[in-house]
Amino acid sequence: MKKMLTTGLLGAALLAGAAQAQDTEQLRIGVDIPYEPMEYRTADGELTGFDIELGNALCEQINAECEWVVQAWDGIIPGLMARKYDAIMSSMTINDERRQTVLFSDAYIQPPSAWFAAADSGIETIYPQSMEGKTIGVQRGTLQDNYVTDNYGDVADISRYTTADDLVLDMDAGRVDIAFLDFPIGKSTLLDSDDGNYVTVGNMISEPKEYFGEGFGIAFRQRDEDLAERFNEALATLQDDGTYDEIYDKYFKTQ
Amino acid sequence: MEALTTWWTELLGGNAIFTANTLEFYWNGLTTTIQLVFLSLLIGILLAVPLAIGRGSKHPWIRMPIYAYTYVFRGTPLLIQLYLVYYGVVFFEGIQESMFWPIFREAFYPALMAFTLNTAAYTTEIFRGAIKNTAKGEIEAARAYGMSKPLMLRRIVLPSAFRRALPAYGNEVIFMLHASAVASVVTIMDLTGAAYYVYARFYAPFQAFIFVALIYLCLTFSVMFVFRRLERRLLAHLRPREG
Repeated sequence: MKKMLTTGLLGAALLAGAAQAQDTEQLRIGVDIPYEPMEYRTADGELTGFDIELGNALCEQINAECEWVVQAWDGIIPGLMARKYDAIMSSMTINDERRQTVLFSDAYIQPPSAWFAAADSGIETIYPQSMEGKTIGVQRGTLQDNYVTDNYGDVADISRYTTADDLVLDMDAGRVDIAFLDFPIGKSTLLDSDDGNYVTVGNMISEPKEYFGEGFGIAFRQRDEDLAERFNEALATLQDDGTYDEIYDKYFKTQ
Repeated sequence: MEALTTWWTELLGGNAIFTANTLEFYWNGLTTTIQLVFLSLLIGILLAVPLAIGRGSKHPWIRMPIYAYTYVFRGTPLLIQLYLVYYGVVFFEGIQESMFWPIFREAFYPALMAFTLNTAAYTTEIFRGAIKNTAKGEIEAARAYGMSKPLMLRRIVLPSAFRRALPAYGNEVIFMLHASAVASVVTIMDLTGAAYYVYARFYAPFQAFIFVALIYLCLTFSVMFVFRRLERRLLAHLRPREG
């Protein structure tokens, strides 16, 4: 008797849940902060960033109400599996290892890398010729390191640093002419904190895939194929109607 | 040269990590490490001999500064000394405009300076111990011959002190070789730097580091071999006579 009652209650609850989902779907999205400018809190504690704004726009597009759940990075995939949230949108690089556990949406951004130099460096364009005899600073073992080594290794000296902070020290000291960094890292260490001494040079670089990877994707549980498909469609719509570009320019426009 | 390259490529056929390209990294790393260690040891020993003599001086204003120097450089990690010389110098006002900047701009010379100062401090103490241990009888005999202090130092004390210092100094050379691995933190592509590079590029820590460990082992063996030979020659009088 008791068992029947429980089953009945559970069934009722499930039905109620399903009914509610008909109106506006409730979705929770996991995110790890801070990683400027992708996801961070403003001074008054509000979540913002490229992922957050794009995520909200996507939710609006698929007619869902989204709630952001802050979760530390090392537990972010287990949290998805444990149903603490339904998707992860947190600058997660798509790769085969993660594909074993989660289902990825299409890539929604290729994380850009950028060249940074002192405002008075005189380097204005990025060609192998303009790099002749220069010292290029990179973080050791990053994809930027691989890209620079293969493309500029013959003409320029490459200094490899363990941390971006060491690299910035040597930029300040004048030992490094130009740095090639993950744009968010370069922005926070060189553009924002060094009152106008540094500028980006040339375009942002996020191709070829062989170096810069498949990009960031939204992660879902494997079985939520429908949900992933709806996000993909929404993303395509936003890319067509200009909303995507608007958000992109807000966070990644250099000048 | 071309034949050599083809030979390499054939030998390495199918190996994704140790391509001719990465081996070149290791080779450049090897030459950098050897240059760095050899030069710092050479300058270090030239500094250490007068310092070791001064360290035993009876004038405190000669003895004490040298003592302070060896105390500081033996009492702090080499990595910290390297950071201080490399990142520290740039905080001197106007160093970028001075004539020294071309030297300090490169990572090699600050590292060479840190290594030299470090090994000179250890070598000073090794030599000073050996000088102090000179048999009293030898000194008395030299005095009895009417030798002046410098002559006694040159003919009696230093030659026997060098011999006594040889085994300890051989260890210092090996330590220095191994300690030079920290050079990679200031962007020098020494052997360890090359290994880091290969590791990060191919995500292959075992292959990258085992290969470099083998190179260090070979270097250590050659150093040991040279010192073994030197000891056999120079310390022959201490060995039991062969029947």
